[in-house]
Amino acid sequence: MEKTAHQTHPISTYLSIWLLLFVLSTFSYLVDYFQIEGNMRWFLILVFMFLKAGLIVSVFMHMKWERLAIRGAILLPPLALLVFVALMVIESNYVSGSRASAFAPVTFVAHE
Amino acid sequence: MSDSTQLVEAVASGEGLQGMVADWSSDKEAFKNVPWGKAMMWVFLLSDTFIFGSFLIGYMSVRMSTIVPWPNPSEVFALNIGGTDFPLILIAIMTFILISSSGTMAMAVNYGYQRNRKRTALLMFITAAFGLSFVGLQAFEWTKLIVEEGVRPWSNPMGAPQFGSIFFMITGFHGLHVSIGVIYLTIIGRKVLRGDYDRRDDYQSVEIAGLYWHFVDLVWVFIFAFFYLW
Repeated sequence: MEKTAHQTHPISTYLSIWLLLFVLSTFSYLVDYFQIEGNMRWFLILVFMFLKAGLIVSVFMHMKWERLAIRGAILLPPLALLVFVALMVIESNYVSGSRASAFAPVTFVAHE
Repeated sequence: MSDSTQLVEAVASGEGLQGMVADWSSDKEAFKNVPWGKAMMWVFLLSDTFIFGSFLIGYMSVRMSTIVPWPNPSEVFALNIGGTDFPLILIAIMTFILISSSGTMAMAVNYGYQRNRKRTALLMFITAAFGLSFVGLQAFEWTKLIVEEGVRPWSNPMGAPQFGSIFFMITGFHGLHVSIGVIYLTIIGRKVLRGDYDRRDDYQSVEIAGLYWHFVDLVWVFIFAFFYLW
């Protein structure tokens, strides 16, 4: 039963993570409620998002207690999406620019 | 003798039918202590990550390239309760419901490993009930948007027409995952209650179902941040 032995944790582990997720979700809701804008809004949204995602994957999905072989096999490939994001940012800026010059030169607002 | 040398060579080089078969059947286990069902669920979730990742990148692209203003989700998803407008309140409630369901699921997995049949089944059914109420609220949200606000996949009165198509595609696909999860949890929960896993002395099916359910919650974290809050 060694296989399953490492997956038993006190119930309080899960309850505290649950509570933490509640608090983090409340924080991200408050970002919207208090209408925080600009870079601060992006920063806070992303911080709370990654903290929540990290807690779910590492504790609820037990990734923290898995061996490196499976952690690497599952967690590294999604990083390829970042390349896709970078490519589409370039593409979208180009599309946005050509739309602005071809369709509505006056209302163009540049995206950061 | 020459036959066996040929086989040894095939196994060593990995070429030819014999070599390929030898490679696939070499009985090497990369993921030690991970049952195959769990490894396969992880691989499936990895592929699902790419599906949702691509959806969100598609959303990023249309939002960055539109020259018509994007509708403000904070106002679109506001709800009037007792005369006051609460921004995004429905989505906040849905978020809390899904997080709670993740908590009950994590405890179900834990009780499964403690061989506590009744508590495991009960917590799985509670999780499924949370999931069902999430889908119910989503149906309410869609109805409100379609009937009252006039949002369509090709147009909406608030701004960029892509808003509708992206909204229905991403939340629809996520809602489908939740609905499938509710069915999945109900089936596994019923088996737990029936004592199937006690007879087998193996509760890993509960953990595998749990992985799927936590993933559904995980995807919602990203949708909530990027689509609703951004």
